[in-house]
Amino acid sequence: MVATLINEQAEAVVYAPATGLLSYMWLLIAIPAVSALILLLAGKAANRWGHWLGVASVLASFVLGLTLFFQLRNLENRSVVENLYSFIPVGNLRVDFGLLFDPLAACFVLLITGVGFLIHLYATGYMAHDEGRRRFFGYFNLFIAAMLLLVLGNNYVMLYFGWEGVGLASYLLISFWYGRPAAATAGKKAFLMNRVGDAGLVLGIFLMFAWLGSTNYEVVFNNIGTLGSTTVLLIGLALLAGACGKSGQFPLQAWLPDAMEGPTPVSALIHAATMVTAGVYLIARSNPIFSENTTLQTVVVSVGAITLLLGCIIGTAKDDIKRVLAWSTVSQIGYMFLGVGLGGGAYALAIIHLLAHGFFKANMFLGAGSVMHGMNDQVDIRRFGGLYKYMRITWLTFMMGWLAIIGIPPLSGFFTKEPIIVAAFSRPGWTGWLFGLAALLGAGLTAFYMTRLFILTFHGPKRWTTAKEGLVDQHPHESPAVMTIPLILLALGSIVAGGLMVTSVPQWLEPVLGPETAEHPKIAHGALTALSLVLTVAGAGLAYALFRKGTALTPQPAGVLVTAARNNLYTDAFNEAVFEKPGNWLTRLLVFVDNKGVDGLVNGLAAAVGGGSGRLRRLQTGFVRSYALSMLVGGVLVLGAFLAVQLGWMG
Amino acid sequence: MKYLSILTLVPLVGALAVAFVPRSRPQLAKQLAMLVSLVVLGVAVATWLAFKTGAGAPRLQLQESYNWIPAWGAKFAFGVDGIALVMIALIALLVPLVILSGWHDAERSQRSVPAYFALLLALEGMMIGNFVATDVLMFYLFFELMLVPMYFLIGSFGSDVQPKQRQYAAVKFFLYSLVGGLFMLAAVIGLWVLGGHTFDWQTLTDAEFATNAQRWLFLGFFLAFAIKAPFFPFHTWLPDAGGAAPAGAAALLVGVMDKVGTFGILRYCLPLFPEASRWFAPWAIALSLVGIIYAALLAVGQNDLKRLVSYTSIAHFGFIGIGIFAFTIQAGSGSVLYMLNHGLATGLLFLVVGMFVARRGSTMIGDFGGAGKLVPVLAGVFFIAGMASLALPGLAPFVSEFLVLIGTFTVNKTVAVIATVGIILAAAYVLWMVQRTTQGTLNDKLRDIEPMKKDLSLREGVVVAPLIALLLVLGFYPKPVLDVINPAVQATLNGVVSPERSDPAPATTVEAGK
Repeated sequence: MVATLINEQAEAVVYAPATGLLSYMWLLIAIPAVSALILLLAGKAANRWGHWLGVASVLASFVLGLTLFFQLRNLENRSVVENLYSFIPVGNLRVDFGLLFDPLAACFVLLITGVGFLIHLYATGYMAHDEGRRRFFGYFNLFIAAMLLLVLGNNYVMLYFGWEGVGLASYLLISFWYGRPAAATAGKKAFLMNRVGDAGLVLGIFLMFAWLGSTNYEVVFNNIGTLGSTTVLLIGLALLAGACGKSGQFPLQAWLPDAMEGPTPVSALIHAATMVTAGVYLIARSNPIFSENTTLQTVVVSVGAITLLLGCIIGTAKDDIKRVLAWSTVSQIGYMFLGVGLGGGAYALAIIHLLAHGFFKANMFLGAGSVMHGMNDQVDIRRFGGLYKYMRITWLTFMMGWLAIIGIPPLSGFFTKEPIIVAAFSRPGWTGWLFGLAALLGAGLTAFYMTRLFILTFHGPKRWTTAKEGLVDQHPHESPAVMTIPLILLALGSIVAGGLMVTSVPQWLEPVLGPETAEHPKIAHGALTALSLVLTVAGAGLAYALFRKGTALTPQPAGVLVTAARNNLYTDAFNEAVFEKPGNWLTRLLVFVDNKGVDGLVNGLAAAVGGGSGRLRRLQTGFVRSYALSMLVGGVLVLGAFLAVQLGWMG
Repeated sequence: MKYLSILTLVPLVGALAVAFVPRSRPQLAKQLAMLVSLVVLGVAVATWLAFKTGAGAPRLQLQESYNWIPAWGAKFAFGVDGIALVMIALIALLVPLVILSGWHDAERSQRSVPAYFALLLALEGMMIGNFVATDVLMFYLFFELMLVPMYFLIGSFGSDVQPKQRQYAAVKFFLYSLVGGLFMLAAVIGLWVLGGHTFDWQTLTDAEFATNAQRWLFLGFFLAFAIKAPFFPFHTWLPDAGGAAPAGAAALLVGVMDKVGTFGILRYCLPLFPEASRWFAPWAIALSLVGIIYAALLAVGQNDLKRLVSYTSIAHFGFIGIGIFAFTIQAGSGSVLYMLNHGLATGLLFLVVGMFVARRGSTMIGDFGGAGKLVPVLAGVFFIAGMASLALPGLAPFVSEFLVLIGTFTVNKTVAVIATVGIILAAAYVLWMVQRTTQGTLNDKLRDIEPMKKDLSLREGVVVAPLIALLLVLGFYPKPVLDVINPAVQATLNGVVSPERSDPAPATTVEAGK
């Protein structure tokens, strides 16, 4: 296991040093980072212009990103690195603060800053009357900077740096209205569940260092073939744990719908278009690792398939417009995981679906925000209806997003989702049927729940709240131009992005993700396309038939399946019963033991040795039983830990 | 320049001077104390600059030696390595900030202002004495002496909320430490007898001790250090002491004084008794590992802010412990960096908690709730301190925790994996604390408390700003400190294990961009 051996089967990964304008790639991150710092430190003086600084910094990053993208196109070797300085140098561990700009990173940079700019612009309108607007834009810029670091790092430590940075920004923005207990709790939940995944990610980094002596992409990818298959599997599973946490994939999906407690632009940018796709980025970036081990790929595909169905099923039963969209995000990222898990040519398919999703999901979230803006922050789709007459632009742009996500040609979802279904059916063996059918079923369900959402919101009879019920009277209105212009641009993206990207982007990504592979689906390609279209139309038609006349104002008693879906298929209940409650009991027990037992025991010892401490000794009386208990508990703990230590040294 | 003796003497002489300021002139006492602590900071900066790094630089530098008890071979011998230097810098930085943060502490409790600040300076001098000593008896002297000012800081100037609790905490602290010290005294005497009637650290390090003798001597030192640090199960004095001490003293107690324990392990246990260190390492790691998980779970369950922060520190000391006994360069350097970063982060956390407590007049978390609405900037600083405590990348503690874990992982995967659970628990206790204190619905009682309406004052801003700045700078660029630490840690490990064992991961020749 000599780490310097280059795996001979795979083509070696070679990064060239960045020159010219490309050596300024650090500015991509620095501009929004400095802007965030100014916004958070400047104080009230910046309240008037702060948000425009926030918007301008993202625009500047976007323009720079575009320029660098064109520079990159002219290069022979389209992977350039820049090591800024030595970050953690200790012994053989050499971690540099280093960046990598390559076709994959370029795609993400343009998505993050491009869609990010539009959402920043929208937020100037959406947050216009919020007293914390400057703080909001500070956090928003911080997010952009961290997300860019995540995708631009040239080693796993840099990726982790950005990874935790976006986690922080996500936490701050979910609990932005920290005075609301629900928002504070949702933020904490997001952070904690992400930390569980993060623990996996750092273990993956430790494994790389222990076996390959480096965390650098270049070294790791070129030497991964020298490792045994179990080792590769372990590294991959560790990375996957991190990916599941960040991307809200099964079993770490529960935080994402709760994250909707944040302001809607946050949901659009962070919890739909960019941050939650970081897991997909991680796997695509690590494709030399994942392609090395078929078991690993099967696990990724399974996670994707389970999650995409889970998201669809729960999405059909939710009444909160943002939660439906959130579960839809969970489900769509499931498609992306399916793609990166299938490997080969499907890596690129996952990435184009990710980019297209960035457009149409951001579009719909912002549309939802626009609806809430006009309806006094109402989120219950049972209390919408007939809004198309009052919010023409929101309606039309939302319609584009809806048609795109359910995959109606020629909108973008058709070009990006359908190839993943074909790729799933092309997987050899019976699993091809299994995952293919799951993806196909998901397409039908997606059409159903998205159509339900669209019809209940914009069509059918008005079911608005009224003063007579003791609720607010609704006077819906279209949002200001600063909000509708981003909607229109994102709607355009939803229409054309898929068609434009379907061949060009996979070609562009070839140096990173490998060449396209010929698909041999179990059902003929044309038939499969027809089948998925039929299912989509059927799902949408069913929803239209059921909901065109509106629905009850409150949730009605329902069967087992719908009730389960309304309760997130009991995944939250499971977490509570298995982790939260026992955790609470354990903590309480330990506090008791520590105060009464361990303390008492050592106090007694101290008093005996120190002597003459009547005060201490008086406090000891009556705790003999606790001593016994604590000696037992302490002894068991230390012995257990000792065995673990010994075991570790042998292993 | 005799940097090290000056560093030790200036605060001690300053303490005497401040003690003699009449009680009627509190302002003079404060200003004098601040001046002295700033002079110490200046000398510490000069010391840092005079310390040589790079190839060929000797391990112990800036040495001085004066006769003390010639009959025993005891000397006042001074000298620092990179590890000690970093700790001295931390003390010199924290003390002026603690003095400034405690500007009104003594008046509030209507006690002697000069005495309070004199005690702080005395504590500073004695703590520095621990780190500059290269004579084992001199180290022991300072190790025990430093208990005295801390005892009075807790017992006389501590929390007014429960005076009984304060007395109990002070006595408990004193007795625990004293017992540990007695074990060490026995070991020091044994060392003198077996080591050729000398207390000189270098001579003793070069001496060889029989296996059995090594193990007993190791135990004597280790017990004292494990109580001081503290490691599980010797930790129960810390939540009481940390909970009762005034915030500034608590910051010094947990931020620096406890590090004498882990410093002592690195300076005395490992170099003097290498065979015994290897033999006891699994047990030391086991205690540390239990501490990481156990103390973190206890922190989650605390209702008192200061006790909570104390428990987080016990968990952090567990990380330092496994890092030291993993015997790899990454883990070892990580541990030393952890000692510094933890001082900055937990120091900040204690000081901010002190600001909350001073406003609210209570340390109970339940007495807060939604405080962010009233004091948004203070709540923001509290949040940053919390993020530092859970080792978020971008803040200094991340680098040290990462180094400890990655360095441990290369030699013992099970231990590193269990310890990694600690980073999840850290998120739990920090976020739960932040939520219950500053987020959610505003506690109605807070509205009626006048001081709760005042956000971070200028004085408080000056206290927290340098700490936040350092946490950020060292979070992004830790190399200058690592350059100072690495040679000393490598030298320490070379005495214990082979170089291959201390840097086991394969070296890579394929590097990015080449």
